[in-house]
Amino acid sequence: MIRLNGADSDVAAGETVAELLARMDLSPQARGVAVAVDGEVVPRARWGSFTLAEDARVEVLTAMQGG
Amino acid sequence: MSETIGDTGAVRPAGAGASSSAGTGSARANGLPARARPAGDDLVIAGRMLHSRLLLGTGGFPSLAILAEAIAASGSELVTVALRRLDPATRGSLIDVLDEAGVGILPNTAGCFTARDAVITARLAREAFETDWIKLEVIGDEDTLMPDAPELLRAAEELVDDGFVVLPYTNDDPVLARRLADVGCAAVMPLGSPIGSGMGIRNPYNLALIRDAVEVPLVLDAGIGTASDAALAMELGCDAVLAASAISRAEDPVRMARAIRAAVEAGRLARGAGRIPRRTYATPSTPEQGLPDFG
Repeated sequence: MIRLNGADSDVAAGETVAELLARMDLSPQARGVAVAVDGEVVPRARWGSFTLAEDARVEVLTAMQGG
Repeated sequence: MSETIGDTGAVRPAGAGASSSAGTGSARANGLPARARPAGDDLVIAGRMLHSRLLLGTGGFPSLAILAEAIAASGSELVTVALRRLDPATRGSLIDVLDEAGVGILPNTAGCFTARDAVITARLAREAFETDWIKLEVIGDEDTLMPDAPELLRAAEELVDDGFVVLPYTNDDPVLARRLADVGCAAVMPLGSPIGSGMGIRNPYNLALIRDAVEVPLVLDAGIGTASDAALAMELGCDAVLAASAISRAEDPVRMARAIRAAVEAGRLARGAGRIPRRTYATPSTPEQGLPDFG
């Protein structure tokens, strides 16, 4: 089961980060968005090629008021 | 560059505050370089020029519309943002507001308790906002939100090595400030009192010591409660002030943004003007020469 932002998701293993983001209506050009998988940054340039493993923990982050 | 000795108003070690003729002491007479500090007195951090010496935190504003108004009122050119899990219901608009305001984004690592988390968050912020600048926060305690010094220093070192422009939120500790500057931080940002406490500057002497300890820009980062706190920070030699809650949680955030902006400018001017030394006893401001004798 792939975890997305701390919750179980129906994202299937083998999907790319870009495909996962598309489910969230986010384009590869989406501004102010960053992705980490299993605690490692996935650079934007690799969103299209980075495939998610069965137990991947994915964090999709964006700007929030703070500081 | 630290141009004068940190001035808490107390007697300074040497060459400072020499008594000059009352009322007309020139800049040279009090040991400070004669320099005007009118408009055009820019702040430079890591080669980036900022006209405004007020940095604005975006947390706590009641709405994005009020945030936008407060940004305009503050004159700030650099505002902080946090990175959090994307909630599809609310995404997008903060970045749009900041774009429209034409301000630079200073991402923070708020909420990180370890160097590891802070470094990962900084790298994610670099991806998200296309900036190498990071306001580094590594918190050691949930109740005080005080920095965790060893973790902070470790994270700062790693991020500087990774090419970041690191602006660390730090304790009001001159030794730690110097260590942060030594590892290559672009500025140091000590607290005046705990984040969001509005308690102002609890230890002005330490802030003055930090002013002397580092040459990188000094930004007061936490504790501002109202305009006078910001003026005091600048009078003590800070190069800039970062205000968040003081503005965002004020009853009228836009008016407070205007007030703190004016205070930062006033404090900067006063610092450059060179205040008179504090004395226990009075010094007449009217000459005694020519005093009539009424027998």
